[in-house]
Amino acid sequence: MISSIVSIILAGIFTDNMVLAKFLGICPFLGVSKKVSTAVSMGGAVTIVMLLATAVTWPIYHFLLEEKYSYLQTIVFILIIAALVQLLEIIIKKFLKSLYKSFGIYLSLITTNCAVLGITLLNFTENYGYIESLFNALGAGLGFTLAMFIFSGVRVRLESSNIPKSLQGLPITLIAAALVSLSFMGFAGM
Amino acid sequence: MAKNKTLSYFTNGILTENPVLRLVLGTCPTLAVTTAFMNGIGMGVAATIVLVCSNVVISLLRNVIPQKVRIPAFITIIAGFVSIVQLLVKAYAPAIDKSLGIFLPLIVVNCIILARAEMFASKNSVIPSLLDGLGMGVGFTVTLSVMGLIREILGTGQVVISESLTIPLTSALGIEPMLLFILPPGGFFVFGLLIALSNKIATMQGKKAVENMGCENCPSKSACQLLDEEKQNTEKEENEDD
Repeated sequence: MISSIVSIILAGIFTDNMVLAKFLGICPFLGVSKKVSTAVSMGGAVTIVMLLATAVTWPIYHFLLEEKYSYLQTIVFILIIAALVQLLEIIIKKFLKSLYKSFGIYLSLITTNCAVLGITLLNFTENYGYIESLFNALGAGLGFTLAMFIFSGVRVRLESSNIPKSLQGLPITLIAAALVSLSFMGFAGM
Repeated sequence: MAKNKTLSYFTNGILTENPVLRLVLGTCPTLAVTTAFMNGIGMGVAATIVLVCSNVVISLLRNVIPQKVRIPAFITIIAGFVSIVQLLVKAYAPAIDKSLGIFLPLIVVNCIILARAEMFASKNSVIPSLLDGLGMGVGFTVTLSVMGLIREILGTGQVVISESLTIPLTSALGIEPMLLFILPPGGFFVFGLLIALSNKIATMQGKKAVENMGCENCPSKSACQLLDEEKQNTEKEENEDD
């Protein structure tokens, strides 16, 4: 049990990295990674929402939907995630003012983030149990945060370098992402 | 004149406002499923069906949906159509279902669809919305299949059309294919070069190059803008403290 959990977490962070290997959550990866501090806060918010979404969707799918209504999976999951994110935002705004200041605002960006819906769906394609699913979400969230952190560092360096005119802006960002992703392939033994 | 205008709703999405290369929307599926030509087409067609249906329904309901809850309402409508497409693909094209995997249900959060709902369908009548959805969908499909073609040829040296029909290209000449191109880094790389190419063409025509992500068209851009303002405010406060 413990060894399988450790391997799930390590796979989530390194070999099956959410962004660099599975292409989930590219929008925040490219859009919110200009500054290291913003990138890390976004990563933290995504990790928390992923954990909560998994904690809620797993029992709902297994106890309510699995037998008769499995075709409702997509629509139910996206609504749960949307409601959950709203609720979390309201609660944090009310009770944890300082926390809200540091990353509450990121929460409203997360509803339409494919990484969150992706991880809840992946838990079922991989046939994980409840505990395994939770650790899968944790690993994926940490992997997302790591990728954001590394990539924001790369982008800070890009800003001060001399780039050919045609590649300025988005193209060079994507090519830099390709190199970061290439380095992560090393963890998969390529 | 009126005819030209109607037609431009359609061609808009294919060329001038190509959703992938000019608006930079839907990057996740673009990068993930373009490992092969047929995957690109499958994804493109599935997304087009959802896009056209959701655009039409949202345009019909545009006066009924309250402004404050429009995004959740849009998502619910889109999710309904995605479930329908998912069931159809599972039943009639199981091979495509297998190769697209979770990216088929993830069409729900494809920002092209939500962005067109927010930017176009919620403000225009049914026929333009339908044409806009169709144009955007065709633009998406063409771009994905071109990118899939490039990656498949460079990465495997052949093009697979169906199980029985495979067109060998460089693989027939005994040239070792560059496997890297069908792996994740190849996706980022090819996409980067395609954007660079489309930027070059756009600047030659006197249009602006795409500098950043498609934030202008993102439904949650208001949150990002808030983020920037918030950041500036806190920085100001910190400076004042000093």
